[in-house]
Amino acid sequence: MPLRLIVRRLVMVLAVVWAAGTINFFIPRIAPKNPIAEKLTQMAGTSGVDPTKIKEMAEAFNVKFGLDKPLWQQYLTYLHDVFTLDFGQSITQYPVRVSTLIGGAMPWTIGLMATTTLIAFLLGTLLGAAAAWRRDSRILQVLSPLMMVFSAIPFYLIGLVLIYFFAAKLGWFPLSGGYGIISIPDWSWEFAVEVLYHSILPALSIIIASIGTWAIGMRGMMVTVEGEDYMTFAEAKGLRPGRLFLRYGMRNAVLPQITALALYFGQIVTGAVLVEIVFAYPGVGTLLLDSIKLYDFPTIYGIVFILTLTVALSMLVVDLIYPLLDPRVRVEA
Amino acid sequence: MTDRVVQIAEEADWGSLHGKLLACGRYLIRNPSLILGLALLLALALFTLLGRLMLDVKLAAPLSAPPAQPPGPGLPLGSDPQGRNLMAVMIEGTWLTIRTGVIAGGLGVIVGSAIGFISAYLGGFTDRAITWCVDVLLTVPAILFLVMISAVVQTGLTSIGMALIVAALAWRRPARQVRSQMLVMRSSGYVDMAKLSGLGPLRIIFFEIAPNLLPFLVSSFVTAVAAAILASVGLEAMGLGPQNEPTLGMTIFWIMEFSAFLRGLWWWILPPVGILIVLFVGLYLVNAGLDELANPRLRRRA
Repeated sequence: MPLRLIVRRLVMVLAVVWAAGTINFFIPRIAPKNPIAEKLTQMAGTSGVDPTKIKEMAEAFNVKFGLDKPLWQQYLTYLHDVFTLDFGQSITQYPVRVSTLIGGAMPWTIGLMATTTLIAFLLGTLLGAAAAWRRDSRILQVLSPLMMVFSAIPFYLIGLVLIYFFAAKLGWFPLSGGYGIISIPDWSWEFAVEVLYHSILPALSIIIASIGTWAIGMRGMMVTVEGEDYMTFAEAKGLRPGRLFLRYGMRNAVLPQITALALYFGQIVTGAVLVEIVFAYPGVGTLLLDSIKLYDFPTIYGIVFILTLTVALSMLVVDLIYPLLDPRVRVEA
Repeated sequence: MTDRVVQIAEEADWGSLHGKLLACGRYLIRNPSLILGLALLLALALFTLLGRLMLDVKLAAPLSAPPAQPPGPGLPLGSDPQGRNLMAVMIEGTWLTIRTGVIAGGLGVIVGSAIGFISAYLGGFTDRAITWCVDVLLTVPAILFLVMISAVVQTGLTSIGMALIVAALAWRRPARQVRSQMLVMRSSGYVDMAKLSGLGPLRIIFFEIAPNLLPFLVSSFVTAVAAAILASVGLEAMGLGPQNEPTLGMTIFWIMEFSAFLRGLWWWILPPVGILIVLFVGLYLVNAGLDELANPRLRRRA
């Protein structure tokens, strides 16, 4: 792997992280109101929170944002905090640290996203390749455009339709949540089954909506690959169709799909956040919704930053894996 | 062979109205998904425009009907627990949602084209800097930043304000696409030819390059509108939209907020989800149908 490429990718990730941090810093400051002060006053007025605790919080935030210091100094402190993943304390669940809250929700989100992305990628790629390969198959010729139309629909709308039919009408699956209301999370076998059962509908809504995206790309590439001379040669050698399809066709056509995977991560994260909200799945998306409703700004900033970081890092990983799959990129070094 | 000759002879007649209609008709027949997509969008447009004539959209406000009524006489789609007439909500919501998408997508394409154009025109360091910034911003999931912006300005947000917020990030993709198209066109033969024949740069830009960029911009606009609607409905579903306007995204938010599924309010859930699905599929089909216009090489032998 060429070193220059790695360095360029790393600089890109740093730039994304810096941009995310900087926007996080400036948006609240150019806003007409100070959301934190407003929230604290509101809490003092409406809820029975201990006044000394609120004062303590206000002071904590003043120190945290160093509001007495000049702007550039505030900015540098802020950048330092962000790069060490320190987002301060949650307002609604004070004094829990935002990083703790996100840390608790993140495994759910990553678990859901990673499995569904993998399944959708495999199914979609296979479907696209098969649709290009077997142009005589009626089912494939109907199925792949249908999946492509589904790809235009946001994940969460498909989720709402699935909830309506399979949870509300038929009662086959739970309406919402990541596990039963009365269960206590532990590492037991029963709990794992319960989690799996609760994740079927959310996972399905992401998979149905993203198979088409992979199928479109793969079908196009497969048609191009089929026209290559080496395919004709391999066929003339009398190779079995299965080998021809997998080792000669798919192996060569799948590479742009991997690049597309990197570009698609942002969309998957956004989609997964909304799917979690629709299903009240206990991941980062639901945490984000709760924080929005309760004006918990430190948590909102933290989630936005962490999700951006996740997208940037996932793209980096794909970029670093790519040369292992495509010998041509390695040779260029 | 003769058919082909006749066809070419007919297509050459581009100047007349007859020829233009013929070319449009041929295009539609070659791209049936465009017909289907346009039909879906037209149906939505008719629904919201005719609906406004028949029903007062002020009924979309809370407390204008008895709460949580199933569909019946006077309430064709029933009402929600806050007493909104859901038929009026759908009519007004479709209109507001499409308007948000068109404003944000339109601004995105205009600003994006300008940036992409300047970038490609100036070249050198400026071009590299702009391209790099756009690349960085494209990595960032747009909706997360929109969450930040709308969370801060949340109270008193209108649907027009919503469109402007979404437009703040809608320019990235058009900028990137217009830049690459400009680079291709700048080095193409007919531009060299125009330069050689002594045309000024403005004349070349507006009379030589722009007409060729136009089909591309149309397709770019449809994509931008779809993306803007996706972003705005997503934000609204998180509760970050105009609280006092009955957009489709806000309806989705209220559905979840009032646990419509648990209470079995199916008449509240199905219409907005259905309309949004028709809207997204319609935009997708139109875009798929316009693909040939943007990339003429895809053109199949009719």
